[in-house]
Amino acid sequence: MNELLKLLENDARLSPESLALMLDKEVGDIKTIIEDYENAGVILGYQTIIDWDKTDAEETVSAIIEIKITPQREHGYDRVAQKIYNYPEVESVYLMSGGYDLSVSIKGKTMREVALFVAERLAPIDGVLSTATHFVLRKYKDNGVVYGVTPVDERGMMM
Amino acid sequence: MDYSRILSSTVQDIKPSGIRKFFDLLENMQGVVALTVGQPDFITPWHIRVAAIESLENGKTYYTSNSGTLELRQEISSYMNRRYDLTYDPKSEVIVTVGGSEAIDIAIRALINPGDEVIVPQPAFVCYGPICELAGGKPVYLNTKEENKFKLTAEELKSVITDKTKLLVLPYPNNPTGAIMTSEDLEEIAEVLRGTDIMILSDEIYCELTYGREHVSIASLDGMRERTIIASGFSKTYAMTGWRLGYTLAPPEITKQMLKIHQYAIMCAPTTSQYAAVEAMRNGDPDVAMMRKEYNRRRRYIVGGLRSIGIECFDPEGAFYVYPNISKFGLTSEEFCERLLQEEKVAIVPGTAFGDCGEGFARISYAYSVEHIAKALDRMERFVKKL
Repeated sequence: MNELLKLLENDARLSPESLALMLDKEVGDIKTIIEDYENAGVILGYQTIIDWDKTDAEETVSAIIEIKITPQREHGYDRVAQKIYNYPEVESVYLMSGGYDLSVSIKGKTMREVALFVAERLAPIDGVLSTATHFVLRKYKDNGVVYGVTPVDERGMMM
Repeated sequence: MDYSRILSSTVQDIKPSGIRKFFDLLENMQGVVALTVGQPDFITPWHIRVAAIESLENGKTYYTSNSGTLELRQEISSYMNRRYDLTYDPKSEVIVTVGGSEAIDIAIRALINPGDEVIVPQPAFVCYGPICELAGGKPVYLNTKEENKFKLTAEELKSVITDKTKLLVLPYPNNPTGAIMTSEDLEEIAEVLRGTDIMILSDEIYCELTYGREHVSIASLDGMRERTIIASGFSKTYAMTGWRLGYTLAPPEITKQMLKIHQYAIMCAPTTSQYAAVEAMRNGDPDVAMMRKEYNRRRRYIVGGLRSIGIECFDPEGAFYVYPNISKFGLTSEEFCERLLQEEKVAIVPGTAFGDCGEGFARISYAYSVEHIAKALDRMERFVKKL
């Protein structure tokens, strides 16, 4: 049922009734399948994509930090990654191929706050060789959604 | 000036599209959830748009040959071959047109002598009759029936054939009903036409949008190719309505005559669009598959949704419309649609826009997001509960 997962990935609010119609299945089956996915850790959560810039919420800054690390015996990169991802400030941690090892994204209130977090929390971790912090200036597209554009139906009224 | 004495009486006699006033009403309202649009909601896939942009960057801004670039005609020919097992010579049997509409126009004009009869099954897209009248022909409307799933039957066809019948229009997959004709259905029609001089205009603009079974062209049936003009295009298949690009496929003798009309009235189809179309046909299959799948989900969603709120609706197998039967609510189609618009701000098209036989029906387009459709269904439920 990859199709079901793709639909939910795109719109988590689709009801089991709607999904059943769209996928030509029974409502009960859809509910069971979703529950199974949740229990098996395939579906890990449901979130909402928000353009915070359009709200009156306090401004935040995001940064992507490239980290080079020394892999540890037996644990490889996992230990260091865990030490990093346990911080609630950290939104994502990826192990990367190429010029650096971990890509970490962080959200903070100010640039200073983010910079301090990197300097005081991330850089001192055993095994971390270097960090490079890149602040996000503008988000054009995230999670498949283009930001700042409200779609308008401009289609002509043809038969 | 008394223009009525000056203007062409043929043109003046053509009725304006009845749906216009409904659309005008709609355009002046705010907050309407419309399910009226007869074109895809997808944007033309990016790689196709890029091909057009590159063609402009490379200065491809001239006219092409009248019948379109040979490259595109070759792509169309090989597409028909791989998809529908039909062979058309790119040099003598293909014309690239300004949309499927022009394809229909030149096909009818190339065939019709004054007084010739053209059989037009209804409900259908609205252009066939007026174009036929402009050519001096006489449209003979034939009403298909819900109990036959809005297919054309051999009996119905036989009942309207006269010695003046020149052409049968075959508008399947059908706008507005979503009906399709299977190869068995088509074989019945073919059997009626074999041995006659009656020609077929097969409007296959929705050929890639069928759900469950593949579209069959009547031209692929025994003895039918020689009498068939296929009109098709890129609009619905690749979400390219605004590019205005279609084509005709017909034997060389017919193509030669159609080309004269095209050459004098149009010159050639838009060059930029032709470059985009080549890319569409070469690399667009995954896009088509994706869109078809998405339409199919919406189709199941809307059919199920309508039924659950008590609106009967036959299972459409093609295009992106459902055509529910609303007669049980005791309103005419126009009353139903106007009240639905005024009271719940949902816009759907009265069936009568597609011919008198549309009374008791409405066309609902599902070329909209599921979210949008869901909102409309909620409002429609509230509306029908009041009736």
